[in-house]
Amino acid sequence: MTKSRTAYINARLLDPESGLDTPGALLTEGAFITDLDANLFADGVPEGIETVDCGGHCLAPGLVDMHVHLREPGHEHKETIASGGLSALAGGVTSICSMPNTDPVIDNVGLIEFIHRRAREAKGAKVFPFAAATKGLGGKQITEFGMLAEAGAVAFTDDGLPIANSQVMRRALSYAKTFDLLISQHAEDLSLSSCGCMAEGEVATRLGLDGIPEISETVIVERDIRLVELTEGRYHVAHISTKDAVDCVRRAKARGLRVTCEAAPHHFSLTDHDVGDYRTFAKMAPPLRSDANREAIVEGLKDGTIDAIATDHAPHDQESKRLPMAHAANGIVGLETLLPLSLELYHRGHMPLLDVLRRLTVAPADLLKLPVGRLRKGAPADLLLFDLDKPWVVETAKFRSMSKNSPFNGRPVQGRALRTIVDGRTLFTADN
Amino acid sequence: MQSQSRSKALAERDILGIEGLSPDEVNTILDLSESYVALNRNAQKKSDVLRGRTLILLFFETSTRTRTSFELAGKRLGADVINISVASSAIKKGETLIDTAMTLNAMHPDVIVVRHPDAGAVRLLANHVNCAVINAGDGSHEHPTQALLDALTIRQNKGRLDGLRITICGDILHSRVARSNILLLTMMGSQVRLVAPPTLVPPAIERLGAEVFHDMREGLKDCDIIMMLRLQAERMQGTFVPSTREYFRYFGLDEAKLSVAKPDALILHPGPMNRGVEIDSIVADDITRSAILIQVELGLAVRQACLDLLGREPVMP
Repeated sequence: MTKSRTAYINARLLDPESGLDTPGALLTEGAFITDLDANLFADGVPEGIETVDCGGHCLAPGLVDMHVHLREPGHEHKETIASGGLSALAGGVTSICSMPNTDPVIDNVGLIEFIHRRAREAKGAKVFPFAAATKGLGGKQITEFGMLAEAGAVAFTDDGLPIANSQVMRRALSYAKTFDLLISQHAEDLSLSSCGCMAEGEVATRLGLDGIPEISETVIVERDIRLVELTEGRYHVAHISTKDAVDCVRRAKARGLRVTCEAAPHHFSLTDHDVGDYRTFAKMAPPLRSDANREAIVEGLKDGTIDAIATDHAPHDQESKRLPMAHAANGIVGLETLLPLSLELYHRGHMPLLDVLRRLTVAPADLLKLPVGRLRKGAPADLLLFDLDKPWVVETAKFRSMSKNSPFNGRPVQGRALRTIVDGRTLFTADN
Repeated sequence: MQSQSRSKALAERDILGIEGLSPDEVNTILDLSESYVALNRNAQKKSDVLRGRTLILLFFETSTRTRTSFELAGKRLGADVINISVASSAIKKGETLIDTAMTLNAMHPDVIVVRHPDAGAVRLLANHVNCAVINAGDGSHEHPTQALLDALTIRQNKGRLDGLRITICGDILHSRVARSNILLLTMMGSQVRLVAPPTLVPPAIERLGAEVFHDMREGLKDCDIIMMLRLQAERMQGTFVPSTREYFRYFGLDEAKLSVAKPDALILHPGPMNRGVEIDSIVADDITRSAILIQVELGLAVRQACLDLLGREPVMP
């Protein structure tokens, strides 16, 4: 059986790994990219090769989202591995990393295999599971890092909860070094966050809501960086949200420590003012913060302190959100707004296009040692064809995700996925 | 049997650790031990070099092989041997270590062998008695007679103690055996490697002259001697290592990992073994590779030699 071959012609090839930005064409054979060049197929596409005319649009590596809550197993009414995978494809995302805070918690080899099997059956985006760093997210006993990594866990986190105990964090970083594995931290001192439900500050005070202080993030990041220095471990700050924490990471990197971080689109797009009149769809952890913090996230993305953009896609049903602010669930869906919100960084002149794409593709892939996220001969044919400029308005009702909890409903945005290709096969095509 | 000329440290009548012994003293002890190995294989095993001397075994931790080994050593040398275990001692009644030491001292023993869960406790006790003291293990600090018997096992098998590549695997952090062995083997001119997950390696251990590996195959590559350490059950479910099965998979000695060592590499284990945790049963029972029972035999001879060297001259009040 010959492998199916597809030629993507008349494309603007964008590869952040190599810095390539040129009109040209790309060839896939089976599940892999086998050629790409400005002059490829200049004399026409040979017989027997399927042709996709990209119409001059951008052909980039499919996006890699390293922070996604798929809710399966346990909360399949909010999202499943299949529905999350389709939501990803609609957003141009070809690889997603699932978080382990499901029910049951992903803390053993059997459950990693379960996620892989479900993802295979779903035929959506590729799923690379994170495993829990401690058993049952209990914060006490570390999980079987070696065996879980062999089974396919790409990193370890107690996301949703911080690893609060300093001794456990030290040992986790230290033990992970055995296998050179990444520990991702939900950096929040819960004793400082207390019963807060939005960022501490003027808005919270006016609304009469308990605030979550910036220091609750900073104090954990500061502590963890000290532990990284001691253990020489690999450490990643999930959904970084404060200026001070970004500064900590910047200094740690300057000192050569293996510290990285990611930011979510809402933290560089929105502020605590968007909580407005108790909008629970704008409630998440960490919370939307002041504009100074939002600007610091943009700065961190510009100078490379923030390595990756990741959604923290957190589906919730209506019932979990139609509650008083203090009782509403944390989190928003993000997979289908990731691309246009990230492209705002380009359209507003903050960052070159390839830099934005780097934080969405090869940067997170490299952190997790994945071969995806690049246009290179021999790399997996995970591709995103997108219209860079197309204006549209976010309509949450049209989301493929089972949950619609997004504060971006009605937002005019620019840039949209046209076609999403995984392992050489087109799995999503935009309606028009 | 005549002991060799007394060196200074031995003349001070204590063996508190490998630290403080010279290479000459180590050789003196090992040479004398060889003659006891021979004696122990005779039908008539008894000697009378310590006749009239009193040996007290003071164990604040449970022990089978070390306590039995010292007791038998003392008896074969003709000494009167008294056993005091913590369960039945006045320690349970609140007596301090120093009071215990002074009480025993007043009975004029010639040698006291002490095991204690706290590092430094044996030295503290030794400072308050007139007789010789042998450290049978203090916390995670030292266990000198174990290192000496390991050295004798290696010397008998390899013919020397220098120029060898020796890999110590397991819970280095909590191991007094590891510390004594690192000190002894590097002093004698061998290269010591350590294999453990980073959580079980004490900080700055490389300053003792050992090289640290976290990948067992790398650490075992081309080594002459493999020393396995026991992973204590209470440390297996927690933050040091996640589980027994993961520990065995990456740090347990099995035939696959053993295959990267030299073909004639010898396996040592201080006991007691946890089969299926740090060592595979097939490997442990392979008498062509495993010296585990030889170590027990030689341990008795080493303890006889130590008691002989320290106890032969009576303590003058």
